[in-house]
Amino acid sequence: MIVLEKRPQPSQAWSMATPLIAVLATMFFGGLLFLTLGKNPIEAIRTIFYDPLFGEFAFYYRPQLLVKGAPLVLIAIGLSLGFKAGIWNIGAEGQYIMGAIVGAGIGLAFYPLEAWYILPLMVIGGAFGGWIWAMIPGILKVRFGTNEILVSLMLVYVAEQLLASMSLGLLKNPEGHGFPGSRNLNDYASTNGWIDQNVGMHWGVVAALIAVIFAYILLNRHMLGFHIRLTGDAPRAAKFAGVKPARLILFTLGMSGALAGLAGLFEASGPAGQITIDFSTGYGFTAIIVAFLGRLHPVGILLAGALMALTYIGGDIAQGSLGLPAAAIQVFQGMLLFFLLAFDLLTNFRIRLASGKVA
Amino acid sequence: MDLSAINPVLLVASLMVAATPILLAAIGELVVEKAGILNLGVEGMMIIGAICGFAVAVQTDSSTLGFLAAAIGGAVLSLLFVILTQVALANQVASGLALTLFGLGLSALLGQSFVGLKPPPTPELNIPFLSDIPVLGPILFSHDPVLYLGIAIVAGVWAALKFTRAGLILRAVGENHDAAHALGYKVIRIRIMAILFGGACAGLGGAYISLVRVPLWTEGMTAGVGWIALALVVFGSWKPWRVLLGAYLFGGVTVVQLNLQAAGVAIPVEYLAMSPYLITIVVLVILSKDKSSAPASLGRIFHASH
Repeated sequence: MIVLEKRPQPSQAWSMATPLIAVLATMFFGGLLFLTLGKNPIEAIRTIFYDPLFGEFAFYYRPQLLVKGAPLVLIAIGLSLGFKAGIWNIGAEGQYIMGAIVGAGIGLAFYPLEAWYILPLMVIGGAFGGWIWAMIPGILKVRFGTNEILVSLMLVYVAEQLLASMSLGLLKNPEGHGFPGSRNLNDYASTNGWIDQNVGMHWGVVAALIAVIFAYILLNRHMLGFHIRLTGDAPRAAKFAGVKPARLILFTLGMSGALAGLAGLFEASGPAGQITIDFSTGYGFTAIIVAFLGRLHPVGILLAGALMALTYIGGDIAQGSLGLPAAAIQVFQGMLLFFLLAFDLLTNFRIRLASGKVA
Repeated sequence: MDLSAINPVLLVASLMVAATPILLAAIGELVVEKAGILNLGVEGMMIIGAICGFAVAVQTDSSTLGFLAAAIGGAVLSLLFVILTQVALANQVASGLALTLFGLGLSALLGQSFVGLKPPPTPELNIPFLSDIPVLGPILFSHDPVLYLGIAIVAGVWAALKFTRAGLILRAVGENHDAAHALGYKVIRIRIMAILFGGACAGLGGAYISLVRVPLWTEGMTAGVGWIALALVVFGSWKPWRVLLGAYLFGGVTVVQLNLQAAGVAIPVEYLAMSPYLITIVVLVILSKDKSSAPASLGRIFHASH
């Protein structure tokens, strides 16, 4: 009979190995899924994981890795701070939208002025938009004990409606011939978030890298980071150590909101270029997978973000060349989180074969 | 603006229809949470139910088979949650999210060839005389059978939890799984059954959206109803009849805002469409002061080490 025996401490080795095992398992079962869809599984897996990096048109796809990876890493870093402390912000998609609306709104308010300070103001506005949206569940949780999972998620739907209203109304391009959507921010030097479009470099990529370093220092070298980890691992010990839960909740939620807002602003000023109804593409939800896949560790998240960006790009290629449905890649990403959680068992438990005796 | 176009009788009747998906999902989740499990995958199980029900109903031309398939589909997806949380002992919050993300993707994949099709109609109950009573008839006696099934499940869950031994054991497992285990109850087995029941109910709720309420299949059509159902369990403080009340309240908000949209009120459509979500938040705030009625073992991982 198989028995599970709790490890005295989570295994470091397994903690590193489970994401890899989960990726391999996802490739295998994803391959089976593609087979049932009538596609050649090996070709599909190669198209998703190999072609964007080393295939014939890799020069075109490699920049995309930065474009898709930056928002995922930026959001996931913020989420991981909260997840570590057991504070579940799952409304990053809403904060992403609000950051974009506020940031782009500031940029559009200055039209047609060109000045060096517009983009920095937009960045501050983006962070503020996401922060304030995350503060709603934060303050409600601190003040009334409201469940932050449900409130942050409800606010995603509110933000989506607000986005629709904005792109059809307030922020609509007056010279857009009636089409919904704002002016294109890439057309004006002061609001353009690109650094070099040919290599996929925009300010969001820079922000994502800074966020990774910042989070690493915070978690490993700072008292607040220690309190975050302590609250997640041993809530009772944290209480005795004098950790103030309210402060921690507001900080982690605010931080994740601000980073998600930044991701939204950089997307709006860079790759998307404008505020439209279909601006939100689910980065906020995929970032949850990225955070877990990266083991809530900043460096891990960086790698996981790159991998997830790869599946987006590869998925796009497979759509075009193999006719793989867009939803298949979504299933693929969901599968990844599923296997990751399942194999995590090995980190916390030892599997033993025991004699069938009654204990 | 023409508010007189809103017919109060039809309003109440459509309120009950709008409330049923939330009600079905919420009563299932109530049983799950009473067993001490927090399954955040309701949205995923609902959308899988919506597409399974829709696909089977279209192909067999029978909405009854559709609803049956929806319940099975929801339960099968919840089996993934069982594997994660009861076998692999994973975090329930993360597992629920995984279930929702996976379910949304899978439903979009399954539903590709069903976009734009029309499902077979679900027959409405037509009781002679009773259905013809002027005001009460349309409100109480001329709905489809699934709507009544939802109310029956609420009554059944209430009675089972309050009066039966099985209900008592379920509550014991949810309040203190270690004590229940020490008494010899099969904690894991009971919880698995509760989760499967929750999955089946969520599946039914999803199919109600795609087969009766809309009735069409579009990607992501549950649009957060599963999450509202989760909020509703808190709203109802884990009591079946209060969940029914809450579901009708939310159904009412949805229907009134849709009617206001149709009547052309001066408030923009987007702001009206926000209202159900905003009201959910307000209600959560008002009711979250009182946590005393939550099952004590809710969300905690059970591992029988000895």
